[in-house]
Amino acid sequence: MADLAHSTPRSQSNLGRIALRWLLYILLAVFALYYLMPLFVMVTTSLKSLDEIRTGSLVALPREVTFDAWKTAWSGACTGIQCEGLQPYFWNSVLLAVPAVMISTLIGALNGYVIAQWRFKGANLIFSLMLFGCFIPFQVVLLPMARLLGMMGLAGTIPGLIFVHVIYGIGFTTLFFRNYYVTIPSELVKAAKVDGANFFRIFWSIFLPLSLPIIVVTVIWQFTQIWNDFLFGVSFSQAGTQPVTVALNNIVNSTTGVKEYNVDMAAAIIAALPTLLVYVVAGKYFIRGLTAGSVKG
Amino acid sequence: MAPILDIKSLYKNYGTTEILKDINVAIEPGDFLVLVGPSGCGKSTLLNCIAGLEPISGGSLHIGGKDMTHVSPKDRDIAMVFQSYALYPTMSVAKNITFGMKVRGIDQATQDRKLAEVASQLQIEQLLNRRPGQLSGGQRQRVAMGRALVRDPKLFLFDEPLSNLDAKLRVEMRSEIKKLHQTLGASMVYVTHDQIEAMTLATKIVVMKGGVIQQIGSPSEIYNRPANLFVADFMGSPAMNLIPAKIRQNGGDAQIEITRSTGAPIVFHDPKAKGLPEDVILGLRPEDIAESGFRAGEGVQEAECQVEMVEPAGADTYVVSELGGKQVTARMHAETSAVPGQSLSFAFDLSKVSYFSTGSGERLN
Repeated sequence: MADLAHSTPRSQSNLGRIALRWLLYILLAVFALYYLMPLFVMVTTSLKSLDEIRTGSLVALPREVTFDAWKTAWSGACTGIQCEGLQPYFWNSVLLAVPAVMISTLIGALNGYVIAQWRFKGANLIFSLMLFGCFIPFQVVLLPMARLLGMMGLAGTIPGLIFVHVIYGIGFTTLFFRNYYVTIPSELVKAAKVDGANFFRIFWSIFLPLSLPIIVVTVIWQFTQIWNDFLFGVSFSQAGTQPVTVALNNIVNSTTGVKEYNVDMAAAIIAALPTLLVYVVAGKYFIRGLTAGSVKG
Repeated sequence: MAPILDIKSLYKNYGTTEILKDINVAIEPGDFLVLVGPSGCGKSTLLNCIAGLEPISGGSLHIGGKDMTHVSPKDRDIAMVFQSYALYPTMSVAKNITFGMKVRGIDQATQDRKLAEVASQLQIEQLLNRRPGQLSGGQRQRVAMGRALVRDPKLFLFDEPLSNLDAKLRVEMRSEIKKLHQTLGASMVYVTHDQIEAMTLATKIVVMKGGVIQQIGSPSEIYNRPANLFVADFMGSPAMNLIPAKIRQNGGDAQIEITRSTGAPIVFHDPKAKGLPEDVILGLRPEDIAESGFRAGEGVQEAECQVEMVEPAGADTYVVSELGGKQVTARMHAETSAVPGQSLSFAFDLSKVSYFSTGSGERLN
C-alpha cells in the first residue's frame, strides 16, 4: 500500500484514499444496519396493533402507534394460567440479580486481593481451579445443584437462585479482580502493614478505592449474565419465583390461538432493557476497566 | 548502650534455597547502617526481615532491646520508605502521612500537629491536598519520607529510596537524608546498590554478596582495608586496581614482582609483605598511584610504565596502563604530562597497599 502511494502521483493517491475511506464507511453502515435490524423490527412491531401486523409488512413503520402491547406485556399477558404480565417476574429478577451481583462482586474482589497480594502456598493452584470453574458447562451441575439446594432448604426460592449465581460468578469475578490487583505494586501492602493496617483495613482503605473501573466491569458482566440467565432460572425456580427470562418464555410459548407478536416483542424488550441500561450508564467505564493496568497514572 | 538493632545468626530460606546465611549485625542508637551489594545479594530481603514483612527461617532479631523475631511489622516501632514510594494512590498527601496514625486511633489534634510539623520540616505544606499522581518524583520521595518521619520510630528503614530519581535529584535527596539523620539523630538502615551512596551516608557499611556478609565496618575501613577481593572491587569508583604479583622473600625484606607489557618486571620492596605466600593479588586504589613527583611519603616507590590510555575527567585525569596483565588505572592531576603510547614514571604509594590471596580472595595483610 505504501509503495503504491509513493509510485503514483499525489492526486491519484488521494483519490484512492478517499475511495477507501468511503468503502470503510459503507461497510460499517451495512454492518450497523444488519445489527440494528432486529431491534428495529422488535420496536416497530411492539408499537403496532395485531391487525396491522397481520396486514402490513414486517419492516414497515407503524401506521398508528399504540402502547397497548406494552401495557399487556407488563401487567396483563398470561403465563400459563396466571395473567399478571411480566411485572412480578421482573421484580423477581431484580431481587435476584441485585444481591447476586453485589455478593459475587464483593467475594471476587476479596479473592482477587488475596490471590494477587497475599500470596500463600497453593495460591496459584486455587486460582487455576477457579478459572477452571468458569468453563464448566451449566448443564453439568444442574442435578447436583438441585440436590444441594434441596438439602439446604432453598429449592425453588430466590435465595437459592442467588446462591447458585454467586457460586457460578465467583470464578469470573475473581479472575477480573485478580488481574487488576496483580498490576498494583506489592510495596503498597507492605507500606500499609508497616503503617499498622490489617488485612481488611488495607482492602477497604487502599484497594477498594482503587477498584472503581474493575468494579464497573464486574458489575456489568455479572448483571448481564445473571439477568439473562435462563437455564438456572427455569431449573431452580417454581411458580412465583421465576425470573423474567423464564416468564418471557412462558408468555411466548403458552399462548393459544393467535400469536400476539406485538406483546411478545414488547415483553422481550422489557426483559432486555435493564442490561441495556446498565451498559449505557456504565459502558464508558467498561472499556476503561478492560484496558486498565496497561496504562498507569 | 544497648544496640538499637541486634541481628543474631539470621537465616532466610525460600524452600530449599538459602537467601540469607548466618547474618550477624548490630548497630548502636544513632547509627546509619547501609546494606550494599549487587542486585540479588539479599540486602532487600534482609531489610524486609528487619521490618517483619518476611518471616525469618532461623536466628533472632532484637529492636531496641526487645525480641522482635516473631512480632508483626506494626508493633516493631519502625518506619519504612520504599523504592517505589508506595504512596496510597487514592489518598491526598495529608491522608497518606496521617494514615498510620489514623489506623492506630491517634486523636485528630495530635494528627494535625504532627502533620504540620513534618510538612514544614520537609517543605511540602503546599502539596498536602494533592494526590500522589499529581506530584513529581522528588515530591513523592518527600511525601514518602514524611510518612516515615511522622511515626517517630526507633528505627528507620530505607529500601533503595533514591534509585527512581534522576542523577541530580538523587544527589540532592542524598544530602537531605544525611542532614535529616544528623538533625534527628535517629537510627537508620538503608539499602542501596550504589556504593557512593553507601560511602557518603553510612556510619557503618555491610557489604553483602550471595546472601553472605562480606565485611562490616566504617566507610573508611571498608574503603581502605577491604576484607576480600569482592569488597575491594565493589566499593570505590573507579574500582581498586587488582594486580597479580609474585612475592620473593629476601632475608629481612620482601620483594614484590609485577610483570610489565614492555621491559623487565617492576620490583617493589615492602616489609609488610613478609611471610606472605608467593602468588598474591596486590590491590591499590587509583588515587594511590600518581605521577612521579606529585606524591611523597615513606611507602612511595617509582617505576616506569607504558601509558595506554588517558581519560580526562575534569578535576582528575585517569591514566590507564597495563601491569601484570591487568589494566591499571591511576588517578593523576588534570594537567598530567601522560601521553598514550609513551612511557611515564608512576609513583606507587605502597603504604596503602592491600594483599589478597589468589585462591580464597581473602585479605592477607
